[in-house]
Amino acid sequence: MAGVTLNTVRKTYQGGVEAVKGVSFAVPDGAFCVLVGPSGCGKSTLLRMVAGLERITSGEIAIGDRIVNEIEPAERDIAMVFQNYALYPHMSVYDNIAYGLKNRKTPKDEIDRRVREAAKILAIEPLLDRKPRQLSGGQRQRVAMGRAIVRKPQVFLFDEPLSNLDAKLRVQMRVEIKKLQKAFGITAIYVTHDQVEAMTMSDILVVMNGGEVEQIGTPSEIYRHPATRFVATFIGSPPMNLIPGEMMADGHVRAGEAQFRLPPHPFAPGRAVEVGLRPEDIVLGQSENAFPLKVDFLEELGATQLVYGRLNGAQLIAQVPSGSVAEAGGTLSFGIAAERLHIFDPATGRRAV
Amino acid sequence: MVENRHWFFRLLPHVVLSIGVFIVAFPVYVAFVGSTLDAATIANGQMGLIPGSHMFENYYRTLFVGTAGTTRQPVLAMMLNSFVMAVTIAGGKIIISILSAYAVVYYHFPFRMAAFWLIFVTLMLPVEVRIYPTYKIVADLGMLDTYAGLAVPLIASATGTLLFRQFFMTIPDELMEASQIDGAGPVRFFIDTVLPLSITTIAALFVIQFIYGWNQYLWPLLITTRDSMQTIVIGIKKMIVTQDALTEWQLAMTTAVLAMLPPVAVVILMQKLFVRGLVETEK
Repeated sequence: MAGVTLNTVRKTYQGGVEAVKGVSFAVPDGAFCVLVGPSGCGKSTLLRMVAGLERITSGEIAIGDRIVNEIEPAERDIAMVFQNYALYPHMSVYDNIAYGLKNRKTPKDEIDRRVREAAKILAIEPLLDRKPRQLSGGQRQRVAMGRAIVRKPQVFLFDEPLSNLDAKLRVQMRVEIKKLQKAFGITAIYVTHDQVEAMTMSDILVVMNGGEVEQIGTPSEIYRHPATRFVATFIGSPPMNLIPGEMMADGHVRAGEAQFRLPPHPFAPGRAVEVGLRPEDIVLGQSENAFPLKVDFLEELGATQLVYGRLNGAQLIAQVPSGSVAEAGGTLSFGIAAERLHIFDPATGRRAV
Repeated sequence: MVENRHWFFRLLPHVVLSIGVFIVAFPVYVAFVGSTLDAATIANGQMGLIPGSHMFENYYRTLFVGTAGTTRQPVLAMMLNSFVMAVTIAGGKIIISILSAYAVVYYHFPFRMAAFWLIFVTLMLPVEVRIYPTYKIVADLGMLDTYAGLAVPLIASATGTLLFRQFFMTIPDELMEASQIDGAGPVRFFIDTVLPLSITTIAALFVIQFIYGWNQYLWPLLITTRDSMQTIVIGIKKMIVTQDALTEWQLAMTTAVLAMLPPVAVVILMQKLFVRGLVETEK
């Protein structure tokens, strides 16, 4: 068992493209760390550097106490689950799971015991003699997991492992992966662009953008206190509304027809800010920080409905219990608790309050 | 839709196909009939389309005794020569091209693409183009009248390298990375993963190259002078002498039929692998 530490890790490709620009964070032993970000943000590159599949341009990666920069992937004591599973197509499920152990000269009976044990945990015992092409997507996913757990590595690495599964199976596997990781107590680094996976699975969530870390924290910290405008809009669905506003002399923020009362803040009057409101924090008919909204459009989600309108020139979405708003066209009054407001500095994109 | 056509249009494809089969198969049938007759029947021009009664005698003489004329070599020995040559060419080409393709695709060495293009350019230089210098080299190395001299110059080929390269590029990188993490080095990855996945490509290349080697005419004609080294294709040519009366046509026909059998056998045997390759898209 070991944690993973990254210290100003950089990756510059030939030709000067910087994929990862000096990333530092630590994953404690046994934690489930999710790297999330839009495509091209460097999260997969970072994972592949931990795996040893990409060279590290500068900086250090340590697994446990050992710096692994110059260590071969096979020697790093990691196991990786790939997006397309990367099962050996000509080998049976059994051989697929056993291959890593065979290459490590594990005794035959030991291999057999461990493969069967892993198969039992994953409920794929009846499939051991099949070839990967005879398996469904979910079963292949399990075999790929089997290949990872059979080695009992120090670290699990997952590269968007659920993106090829259908929605229902994804939810199911998500829970299972998390359960397995907890049961084994093995440190995991999981790359995804799916924010639901990111929120539900992680102990530590690392939000990346443009090769840099935007924020590191627990999922609820990141949801409650996004450090930047990017994190605010990336985590949460529907995304946080960002409304341009201006600081008033009395400490309020004016955003078009709305006046938001803020908790204590350092801003001088006249300063331009961006007010962030989570759609689910906006309450119909609440008097605190009330503002009128002309309903342009309604989306019914079953339990809730999404109300689309415009505030101070920007689109605003409110998520309210289903049936609250009967039809589009009217103007209704919405409100939001002061402590649920997020204020960003439009110049730097960073959180102010 | 296609099934519901008028009877005439349903018949038409069959007619066309039958004509095609007839055009291809008839000469083969004539050769077979020729190989079952005696010399006199063919020589006096009364050869019919019914097989004669000399089949066993003709095949026995051809395989184990040889003609009375110029070659005087049993055809079995020629077939052996041809077989050794074809298998060496096919096997050698497969080994060389699979290794060079593996190097070009999976290793990043300086001038990798230059190496690939050099191999590629040799497509434009078949033996016929470089026949004199090649002959000179083979002669200087003392390889005239040897199996090595017959096969080695024909082994080098870009087609195989190209075919394997294209195939390797379809193998997902993830497989290589998974192997790396599973502790398999480049050699293990080649033996455990690339080779098993390439089986159908290897089979395809073997069939093509075996037939290519078996049918070689110009190169063996140049390189072999001893009767004991001649291949069956050369043998057929030598049996047909210009003075018509001396040609033992029935034996020449027998030889021709025998010359067809190994390539046919290879195609039939390898066909199973082909079909498997088509049905089971591994990877």
